[in-house]
Amino acid sequence: MLSSTADHVYWLGRYAERAENLARTLDVQYRLSLLPRSAAAEDTGWGRTLATLSLADSYAARFGDAFEAHRAIDFLAFDRDNPSSILSCLRSARENAHAVRGTISSEMWETFNATWLEARSNAPTRFTARNVAEFIEWVKYRAHLARGVVLGSMLRDEGYHFMQIGTFLERADGVTRLLRIRLACEATDNAGEPVTHDYLPWTVLLRALSAYEIFRRVSRDRVTPMHVIEFAAFRPDVPRSLLRSAELVFDNLQAVANAQSVETVRRAGVLHAMLRFGTLDTLGAAGAESFLQDVLARVADLSDRIGRDFLGHVALD
Amino acid sequence: MDRPDQTALPHDEMYTADGKVRPSYGVYADWLIHQPEDVLRQKRAEADSLFHRVGITFAVYGEQDGNERLIPFDIVPRILSADEWRKLAAGLRQRVQALNAFIADIYHGQDILRAGLLGPEQIFCNHQYRPEMQGLDVPGGIYAHIAGIDIVRAGQGEFYVLEDNLRVPSGVSYMLEDRKMMMRLFPELFALNRVAPVEHYPDRLLENLASVAPAGVADPVVVVLTPGAHNSAYFEHAFLAQQMGVELVEGQDLFVRSGFVYMRTTRGPQRVDVIYRRIDDDFLDPLVFRPDSVLGVPGLMSAYRAGRVTVANAIGTGIADDKSIYPYVPDMVRFYLGEEPLLANVPTRILRRPDDLAYALAHLDELVVKEVHGAGGYGMLVGPTASTAEREDFRLRILAAPEKYIAQPTLALSTCPTFVEQGVAPRHIDLRPFVLSGKEVTIVPGGLTRVALRAGSLVVNSSQGGGTKDTWVLEG
Repeated sequence: MLSSTADHVYWLGRYAERAENLARTLDVQYRLSLLPRSAAAEDTGWGRTLATLSLADSYAARFGDAFEAHRAIDFLAFDRDNPSSILSCLRSARENAHAVRGTISSEMWETFNATWLEARSNAPTRFTARNVAEFIEWVKYRAHLARGVVLGSMLRDEGYHFMQIGTFLERADGVTRLLRIRLACEATDNAGEPVTHDYLPWTVLLRALSAYEIFRRVSRDRVTPMHVIEFAAFRPDVPRSLLRSAELVFDNLQAVANAQSVETVRRAGVLHAMLRFGTLDTLGAAGAESFLQDVLARVADLSDRIGRDFLGHVALD
Repeated sequence: MDRPDQTALPHDEMYTADGKVRPSYGVYADWLIHQPEDVLRQKRAEADSLFHRVGITFAVYGEQDGNERLIPFDIVPRILSADEWRKLAAGLRQRVQALNAFIADIYHGQDILRAGLLGPEQIFCNHQYRPEMQGLDVPGGIYAHIAGIDIVRAGQGEFYVLEDNLRVPSGVSYMLEDRKMMMRLFPELFALNRVAPVEHYPDRLLENLASVAPAGVADPVVVVLTPGAHNSAYFEHAFLAQQMGVELVEGQDLFVRSGFVYMRTTRGPQRVDVIYRRIDDDFLDPLVFRPDSVLGVPGLMSAYRAGRVTVANAIGTGIADDKSIYPYVPDMVRFYLGEEPLLANVPTRILRRPDDLAYALAHLDELVVKEVHGAGGYGMLVGPTASTAEREDFRLRILAAPEKYIAQPTLALSTCPTFVEQGVAPRHIDLRPFVLSGKEVTIVPGGLTRVALRAGSLVVNSSQGGGTKDTWVLEG
């Protein structure tokens, strides 16, 4: 497969997944804003969200340091000048699909094209910060549709593997960031708030990961930060868990391995093993944050290495 | 010289002069009168929305926003009888064979110049002549592997060749997509009529390209070379690559090493044997042609000259699709094939000739004057509809460089019923069939019918408001 083609399908996978992860992240913040909490907690929530998504600086450059909900929502969801907004991700996914429309199935191309066209024409009218909930639902729905089209129509060749690698690397990244946002908010949430509300943000997070019912079904644990992190990190059977994502990155990388990718595949294996054999004991309250940081660093390293080994220009000889 | 009759009403594809339905349209016309107009309107809206979703567009990509324009699709097909097609196909085959023989001759022995049919200055002073091709043998002696020949009907319905497109002719994807759309919108029509299929064009194209691979390559790797996603015909490039199951590449995906062309893949370099290029000569190799081109492949020309890769169409075919050479194509048929041309040229005055020049200047208000290097309907004077000022402006331009112009009678192009705002009404059309030349000559029955959607307009170009129709060849 052409390196440039692999590059486009890989980024198609990443941007599509990023749009969905952002929608889920936004979902958590938005639902929390509907709960009885202090205004300070809410503003801090938006601040943490932007910081953890590495968007605090570009937001501050545009709007200053005050995090207002409607502005933050606009910026994260609809801002065409913010290359990391959901709308921009949908456009980037579509541009990458367009560049390889001859390689992916026509149904895939039509789906990504239609998603972008519909988002573009609805963003100023039907989709606004006011009814962001509807937009989030719509983004998730389009993501479900795209996933189905990929599963149901794409040839299982290298292109598929690269798309999977992009998708699950991005998912590992997005879910890790989502957990970090919540963890960073812990202290603020508890200050001045009854402790009985403690579990609420984490319940919201589980719902945003489409995993609340699964959590209830497979776990006897109470909803506490450590239990939720353990669940989201180490469950092999939860579709959006870190372990599941790392496993799929590893599997798909092995399928496309080439002469120069030995070390990259090994590192993907290390990340997989780390999550496969991790337990709550390895975390500890203070350790959770450094654990999540470590996961993020490993994901970033894999991303760099994959770009070098497969997607850039393969060195001759 | 003969002049097509310009006084009578133009030939209509569906109706005879006394209002009877022609036999080829019989079944269709019966069906059409039973279709309520709102159903047709709704079908057309359905076609528009499908074309949009599928992204079958003629793109303006400047904005990065996916702002594409649709080429309007008309739901009334253009129908040719088996007999009409047989004659047309024989003429096309003959013409393209002569054109390929001409290009081969120009880049080798130049017999046609020695015979005095053309002056050397007409070749060697022409920008389309590529000295780099002189003396180079290409596989099978074929240069124009894919030709799009523009055909119009005038007078009593006689066919005329308006233009030979031999460089990178486009439009075949619309031929295929228009058929797909018609079958989707009106499946019953295909049960009622025996319409010759066109869906196998991509297979034929691939076979054709493989048949001209460098000697000794058993299982040639074919690629489609595109200038990229921002090119207006990108949809077609991607479509053809996908339909043939080959890689769609840009210049940066290819490189030349040790005389061979390779593409960069996730598993290292892979040899490329045949390049179906959709980039003009000028941009193919910055080492030989335009040095500022970033679309091409440095060193491609050296690999080509060494016979290690086939480029389709060959470099330098432009010499035969130039409007200054066009008037001589009937002579080429006689010269190379020893046959009488089956397809007529539009009678053309060559303004480098003094008496043709005098005639043209005296009849500017009736003629179409074309710049010999113009394309896409640009650089053209349509005498009868031009203003006095425009004609005077053209007169000065012609006098300054008469060799840059040709003049033709304003043809009353045939019309075909077309579904427009007011309902079904006649509109002028042309036809671009695609001729594939390799080990054999193949023509998929039909082609792209373009239609001028404005009442009375003769300009069918998509860049100037033209639309397309499905083209049916009935099986006899």
